Amino acid sequence: MKNDRSRPAPSLANPKRFLEIVHVILPWVGTLAGLLLLGGFYWALFEVPPDYQQGESVRIMFVHVPAAWMSLFVYGLIAVSSFVGLVFAHPLADVAAKTAAPLGAVFTALALVTGSLWGKPMWGAYWVWDARLTSELILLLIYFGYIALWYAIEDPARAGRVAAVFALVGAVDLPIIHFSVNWWHSLHQPASVLRMGAPTMSAAYLWPLGIMALGYTVFFIWLWLLRIRTEVRKRRLRSILLQGSTG
Amino acid sequence: MTALWALVVRDVRLALRAGGGTLLAAAFFATVAALVPLGVGPDLQLLARIAGGVLWVAALLATLLTLDRLFQVDFEDGSLDVLALSPVTLEAICAAKMAAHWLTTGLPLILLAPVLALLFNMNTEAYGVLLLSLGIGTPALTAIGHIGAGITVSLKRGGLILSLLVLPLEVPIIIFGAAAVMNAADGGQTALLLLAAFSLGAVILSPFATAAAVRLNLGS
Repeated sequence: MKNDRSRPAPSLANPKRFLEIVHVILPWVGTLAGLLLLGGFYWALFEVPPDYQQGESVRIMFVHVPAAWMSLFVYGLIAVSSFVGLVFAHPLADVAAKTAAPLGAVFTALALVTGSLWGKPMWGAYWVWDARLTSELILLLIYFGYIALWYAIEDPARAGRVAAVFALVGAVDLPIIHFSVNWWHSLHQPASVLRMGAPTMSAAYLWPLGIMALGYTVFFIWLWLLRIRTEVRKRRLRSILLQGSTG
Repeated sequence: MTALWALVVRDVRLALRAGGGTLLAAAFFATVAALVPLGVGPDLQLLARIAGGVLWVAALLATLLTLDRLFQVDFEDGSLDVLALSPVTLEAICAAKMAAHWLTTGLPLILLAPVLALLFNMNTEAYGVLLLSLGIGTPALTAIGHIGAGITVSLKRGGLILSLLVLPLEVPIIIFGAAAVMNAADGGQTALLLLAAFSLGAVILSPFATAAAVRLNLGS
């Protein structure tokens, strides 16, 4: 790798500085995530009244909807990190993109599983080719491809750049995929799809949903920082071992 | 321009000669299409209904088969490095390789499709739309496939991961392509227009993404 990419790094780009900051804030972020999730779960599972139409199964929404939000949000973060990594050669951007991907895949899988569990009482089947479920499924496949690509290329620097190209292509294609699946779904209108959620959601649902969404986000940030720290240490170890074997 | 033309001619020759993928992909296309009735039963009405979707899926898989060697042969024998060092930009080279690939993979599939449609008892009025949709859509298959091929060029076992990368990205093609054929009765126009929009975008953007990926894989 040529050395033409070195440039004065901004303060957070310095992995050492970054690790110091992470070390300080990590416990706080973790505590906040725990409090938000515990509070949100209690509110959603015990306090919220059952829906007049869906009954108790409406509670699945509080696990499902934030997971679906996160699945897209995390892909967006990966795309932004990839862009920063490709254009500015930010040393932590590749790491950030890599470590976010498995988390995003888990959120996507969670959205799919809870969605299909919710679908059973609502639609009478675990899986219907609903437009949003289908889009999530394809998003999960893209996550898998992205993660597999990271594992397939040995040199982390090259893997980061190549995976970034794929992440950006995916980011361009994802809205189109989403549109095409929506269009396809309206083309093959299935026999009976219950309209989920009245257009206006009552505040009794909106507040716990917001808390849960916030809890998911902070929880993700906590895990993300943890994983970035682990990855930086792993790379440091790798370079130490490589130096030892050559020197 | 002459250099690019020479590259197209070279790639077409290689595909046609050295036990190249051309006939293999077409044969694979026919085999997949022939297997489907064996799987779902010989009900002619059912077959007529699913013909468009099956032929489109088969075309997508057949194209996929040809992708993993696209850049890899040139990468292994070093000609990709020579191409990258030439005064012609790598983007233009990727575009030329795409043209050659479409001529040797997309075009034979289009020529073969009407024969297979016959086996599926497809509506006669849908033939034109099928050919049109394949004509519009196969360049997009080539374009997205090239991005995947460029990304995986330096991987030793790139074929499998290539399909994992490329197939989800090709979802819009299969949706619009198959929908055009299925709605052929009323022209399938919306689907064809959407397919054309996607295809144009993919063909224009692909050389840039492919060239970026190839450059990174060459390590420069």
